[in-house]
Amino acid sequence: MTKPIIQLQDVQKYFGDYHALRGINAEIDEGEFFSLLGPSGCGKTTLLRVIAGFEDVSTGRVLIDGKPMEGVAPNRRPTNMVFQSYAIFPHLSVARNVGFGLRRAGLTKDELGRRVGEALEMVGLSGYGARAAHALSGGQRQRVALARALILKPKVLLLDEPLSALDKKLREQMQVELIKLQRQVGITFILVTHDQEEALVMSDRIAVMFDGQIAQMDDPEVLYRRPKTRRVADFIGVMNFLPAEVLFEAGEKIEIEIAGLGRAEISSDQAPRGGGDGATSVGFRPETLTILYDGQQATDREARAKVEEVVYYGDMTYYDVRLEGTDKTVRLSMRNVFGREVLPIGAEARIAWSPGALVLFR
Amino acid sequence: MSLAQKIGRMRRTDAASGILLVSPTALYALLLLAAPLATIVVFSFWTQDYLTIDRSWTLANYRVAVTEPIYGQLMLRSLWISGSVTVATVLLAFPIAYFVSFHVDPARKSLWIFLITIPFWTSYLIRVFLWKVILGYNGVLNSTLLGLGIIDAPLTFILYNANAVVITLAHAFAPFAILPIFVALEKIDRSLLEASRDLGENRVTTFLRVTLPLAMPGVVAAVLIVFIPTIGDYVTPRLVGGPEGLMIANMIQTQFLKLNNAPMGATLAVLAMLIVTVVSLVFVALNRRFLRRQQ
Repeated sequence: MTKPIIQLQDVQKYFGDYHALRGINAEIDEGEFFSLLGPSGCGKTTLLRVIAGFEDVSTGRVLIDGKPMEGVAPNRRPTNMVFQSYAIFPHLSVARNVGFGLRRAGLTKDELGRRVGEALEMVGLSGYGARAAHALSGGQRQRVALARALILKPKVLLLDEPLSALDKKLREQMQVELIKLQRQVGITFILVTHDQEEALVMSDRIAVMFDGQIAQMDDPEVLYRRPKTRRVADFIGVMNFLPAEVLFEAGEKIEIEIAGLGRAEISSDQAPRGGGDGATSVGFRPETLTILYDGQQATDREARAKVEEVVYYGDMTYYDVRLEGTDKTVRLSMRNVFGREVLPIGAEARIAWSPGALVLFR
Repeated sequence: MSLAQKIGRMRRTDAASGILLVSPTALYALLLLAAPLATIVVFSFWTQDYLTIDRSWTLANYRVAVTEPIYGQLMLRSLWISGSVTVATVLLAFPIAYFVSFHVDPARKSLWIFLITIPFWTSYLIRVFLWKVILGYNGVLNSTLLGLGIIDAPLTFILYNANAVVITLAHAFAPFAILPIFVALEKIDRSLLEASRDLGENRVTTFLRVTLPLAMPGVVAAVLIVFIPTIGDYVTPRLVGGPEGLMIANMIQTQFLKLNNAPMGATLAVLAMLIVTVVSLVFVALNRRFLRRQQ
């Protein structure tokens, strides 16, 4: 049912001596919400601009809807972009901005007005058409940029860090609106972001990029639970790392010794090859550890620890605890529920953990 | 509250320090601009009575200025020459400003701007004389073209007429036009041009729909900066204009110095100022309407 709308085949890009994209291979499906996630300078924006046609590839191929895009100017590609700065034309009204790309469509004035009105309604800006561009707030500018791109019914909508200029509340609200909008129009969205939380919340699939390469491409849950390299694990969310040693491998089973937690048996799908950065370690998320209160029993394994730091978030509390017999601290998170006390610094705690939640990097 | 207290308090306010800061300049402008201007306006309502000035108020000079065809002709010619200079300068300045802003490596832009201002290192008078050397009967241009066999006789339409005035002034005012246009182009967010491309416009239509409207403030500034001073220029027409290239300012000078008729000169000066003001205002208003229609 799904077919690739964008195919990237060994895309390389040099800026002078600088190797910005080092062999990108990916297929992005029709109707997918796809994110390019990575730290600044990883090449994600360059890749987006390559897809849009603002940068040529040095070698490799970009196909959109099956057609090679070599030498095809941005204005002839079935893509539209929402720029990081929104790029709202300051000399035009909101309606003229939104209708900018329709001039060539040969519409009558009534038809044009109706289409612009629909686009504005879709982004929740009905009645703003006559406003001057400079009289808009950041969130409104973003909506205008969205309407302006979507009115052309592109095959792919490219979003270059569209939410980074907004404050936290508005950003979260826009995330939800963007997801709804994407489902409503059914267009492929490609989002560039450095915010891992944003990527996790919004995407069907995420490509994590480092140094011009895709380190891992998976859906958010797999990416979060089974990162393939330590670097990806570190970039997405909070991950604890403890040094570990492989004792022996037998088929699907691997026996390991973890500093501070002792021996454990894990399955081989928890142990991706490579990505250990030269050392063997296990990683686990803060929420996979639980503090056991009086009378509670661990369902799997138990460890003793001392609370060293408490960070209270209202709904959650993060504890940095030092595992007994080691100098390693790990972070764990507990949902605050009514009637349960937040432990003080220095308290002794029993920690429940499970080998099934571990990922081994080697 | 005593006066001393009031003054003491005033000295501490922003308004007071603002006044203090602008007052030397304001005083200077008042003495050297406003006072002479007022004198000119007053003179224009007096008349010259042979060797003395008749100080009774009259509109006689204005009547003469409007009815005598020579003044109207000179004024029209001045407008025509100055308008041509403006159009030529701005049309030639725009591509240069565009090139420096869009195609020069950002690290080298200031060098380019610096190079553009080099002609200003020589005096205006010397530059005008140099154009005489270039455009003259036996000048650089004619001897080169003759030497190359492109022409058989020296070109005469390039010196001692209105063309020479236009060429010389267009060169003299080029940097004044380049700089404001350059600044306006520099201010354009480059992502706007990409947005236009992304929305389906090609390079040419992007220029017409985005770059040009956004550069308009710079173009307007360039037009006014070139038009207003050139219409009152009298050195260039005197030196390279010949009899057909004389402008209203030459007539004003003649009235003041040769004909010893300061009131008539003052009247012409006032009329010239009024006309420049009206033309400039009409131009600004037209531009406003153009930009509003874009909205």
